[in-house]
Amino acid sequence: MTLLTIKGMRVEFPSRRGHVTAVQDLTLDVAPGEILGIVGESGAGKSTIGNAIIGLLEPPGEMTAGEITLQGDRIDTLTDAQKRSVRGARIGMIFQDPLTSLDPLQTVETQLIDTIRENLGVSEKEGSERAIALLDAVGIPDPAIRIKQYPHQFSGGMRQRVVIALALCGEPELIIADEPTTALDVSVQAQILDLMKGLCRDRNVGMILITHDMGVIAETADRVAVMYRGRVVETGTTEQIINHPTHEYTQSLISAVPPPGRRLARFPLVTYIEDAQERPEGLNLDTHWLGQSREYGEASDTLLDIDNLHMRFVTRGSIFPSKRLFLDAVKDVSLSIKSGEVFGLVGESGSGKSTIARMITGIYKPTSGSIRFAGQEITGLDRKEAAPMRRQMQMIFQDPFSSLNSRMRVKDIIAEPIHFHGLASSNAEAQQIVNDLLDVVGLGTQAAVKFPHEFSGGQRQRISIARALATRPRFLVCDEPTSALDVSIQAQVLNLLKDLQGELDLTMLFISHDLPVIRQMCDRVGVMRNGQLLEVAETETLFTNPQHEYTAHLLDLMPKFTGFGAQAAE
Amino acid sequence: MTDATLKRTPRTRIGRFFDSDIWHSFIRSPLVILSAIVSIAFFAAALFAPWVAPHNPFDLASIDLLDSSLPPVWLEDGDSRFLLGTDDQGRDILSTIIYGARISLFVSLAAVFFSMVLGVTLGLISGYVGGRTDAIIMRIADVQLAFPAILIAMLIDGVVRGVLPRDLHGDIAIYVLIFAIGISGWVQYARTVRGSTLVEKNKEYVQAARVIGIGPVIILWRHVLPNVTGPVLVIATIHLAIAIITEATLSFLGVGVPPTTPSMGTLIQVGQDYLFSGEWWITIFPGIALAVLVLAINLFGDWLRDALNPKLR
Repeated sequence: MTLLTIKGMRVEFPSRRGHVTAVQDLTLDVAPGEILGIVGESGAGKSTIGNAIIGLLEPPGEMTAGEITLQGDRIDTLTDAQKRSVRGARIGMIFQDPLTSLDPLQTVETQLIDTIRENLGVSEKEGSERAIALLDAVGIPDPAIRIKQYPHQFSGGMRQRVVIALALCGEPELIIADEPTTALDVSVQAQILDLMKGLCRDRNVGMILITHDMGVIAETADRVAVMYRGRVVETGTTEQIINHPTHEYTQSLISAVPPPGRRLARFPLVTYIEDAQERPEGLNLDTHWLGQSREYGEASDTLLDIDNLHMRFVTRGSIFPSKRLFLDAVKDVSLSIKSGEVFGLVGESGSGKSTIARMITGIYKPTSGSIRFAGQEITGLDRKEAAPMRRQMQMIFQDPFSSLNSRMRVKDIIAEPIHFHGLASSNAEAQQIVNDLLDVVGLGTQAAVKFPHEFSGGQRQRISIARALATRPRFLVCDEPTSALDVSIQAQVLNLLKDLQGELDLTMLFISHDLPVIRQMCDRVGVMRNGQLLEVAETETLFTNPQHEYTAHLLDLMPKFTGFGAQAAE
Repeated sequence: MTDATLKRTPRTRIGRFFDSDIWHSFIRSPLVILSAIVSIAFFAAALFAPWVAPHNPFDLASIDLLDSSLPPVWLEDGDSRFLLGTDDQGRDILSTIIYGARISLFVSLAAVFFSMVLGVTLGLISGYVGGRTDAIIMRIADVQLAFPAILIAMLIDGVVRGVLPRDLHGDIAIYVLIFAIGISGWVQYARTVRGSTLVEKNKEYVQAARVIGIGPVIILWRHVLPNVTGPVLVIATIHLAIAIITEATLSFLGVGVPPTTPSMGTLIQVGQDYLFSGEWWITIFPGIALAVLVLAINLFGDWLRDALNPKLR
């Protein structure tokens, strides 16, 4: 007995430049109480499937072939009004961002009761009872009190629980969850996934779980469909897909996931991805520009030394000191980074990791404390005095879409630091250096004349890396350099960073919320929470024998995804 | 999610422009094309007035008082030499409109440019520096917004007239007018640019420039400014229409350009004395020309705003 059947679905988006086929030849089914995971990378058409099922394709997109049946009823041919009655009552939706999927001007109670009454046609009183019961079922404490509150009074995880309650209001037969935990911290993610699993089982509701995250799939789904460029390349039970994938794409996708349990020298090259580029092998530092005048004066063993660093932001200003409100983003952090090592900082959002990076690179001025780089205090320097220091440390940012000025050509973006620090004597020399750098990061020189919007996220991140290398730095701060990228692209960028670190003998501060990535990249790791540095240890020691209970807690929450390469290796 | 049937993006700058969404949205809206044609026709006529206009209303030798107050050609007594008739001094109305548009457009464009430079600069500084500087600039803007723009323009005009010797008035009247209209319009630019700057300065490309060590002036000029120009262009277009109206209003009230220099406003003002004595064409035709020009620019500006900001559609 199947709940939902999709046969031969094709979705097209007509545009001026011709038709874009987002999904084709899609055949899937979901049984009651089953969780079907749809996994794929960005642009694979995962979300389009969810939108097509509930009839909410963004115009001009339309389903041009195939049929969708829900318990024997065709639902793709219904009129708009009929589709509206299917949404909510028979199919519930959970969206990615709990911040925007609730109405901030209505109390949770109003939103829940309205939805319940709209779909079930019950009385105000019964609606209210059901709403409280639902909040209880999704694990919100004191539901009778909290139901009177507005969305902003709930934390991110609690808000996602409210969204789940909202999806359950109409007692649907099927729930479509589109990246339901992507916006949440790991500790919250685990709870939400548990909750969704339990609800599906207890209420016999089918679920389509759309995600890019193999770890989420491994923990939650019963069966998995792997999508690549609008097609399902492989379907099977979760166990089968993760341990014995048969399609080449699935294999490379799984091998690109950083394994939490061990450290790889390098990620296997993901061959199935279109813009997989390898850089020229080996870099001869004696002849290459990047190798020139790298002697900054030999630093002692410790390159960066942070002492009692404190950062306090004013969250409410006032002329009366007693009325001001502060947020201590970083509280008396001390650490030191040795020459040539990769130091990791890990923590959940708001723990102060990025603030430390921004103080080191001079974007923020610390409230107190000292930062010594190569033996020199850099906190008190003005812009001119700091320029030689700036040249030695560069930063790679998280968001590849906002870290490049979209109005400048790639060659101008990379040449800017070269000109600023006077590293080239002529324009022609600067262009030659830009071309060399583009080769080093594996983009090729033809990229120089293009604008950033012509590149994918992973390629943009390579441009960012080329820009950071353009001053010949010896210290590189990487602030979540891969968290906005697909997993196969992440593997490529991490490989590139590893290679560069080794070849150029770079010292790195590597910031991430992702423990498996940290394990792959770092020699030593610091764990942060609420602005405090809780623990610093060698990576292997930290992962096998954590000292602080919070570290142990984080490790415990890490998805237990071993990856299919693991079996082969062991 | 790509398809082999997709056309490739053209490489050249011109090719990219004709392939852009803006161009496609433009050629699909007849009203916008019409308004663009009307605006361009006005600008061209104004720019090439000595060649376009059938007569030169400033050339005293060509003016004959015997031709005074002739009605448009299609009426009885109309003269084929004067398409829209003549005024009380025998000047051709069509020619005075063309020469008037020349003055009006010059004053308005210069005023808009002045406003734009001032407003964008203050907006960038306000948004990027923040703190007390921001507070001071924005409070001045708030205070200025409490007064109608026309009042400020009149105030400045009046003060300058009072301060400067009388014989200088004629020479500098136009520049005073440009300054007066310009200063009354900078607030829009400053506020919009400040808002965009607040967004842009927190983006990572600006932080990347700071990490390189680049100073605030170059960051603003090279990185922030190119990314906030979209809305400025829209405001400038709509401001141009407002500036034309303001110029006409001030000239109509007699505090704008000197009556000896015909602008749209002075023409209407001169003509209104004859409105009730039957010579309606002296004031109606310049009035229609002004209305059509302003309408065309406004329509174009509205379209530009929608085209540059697809989220509004």
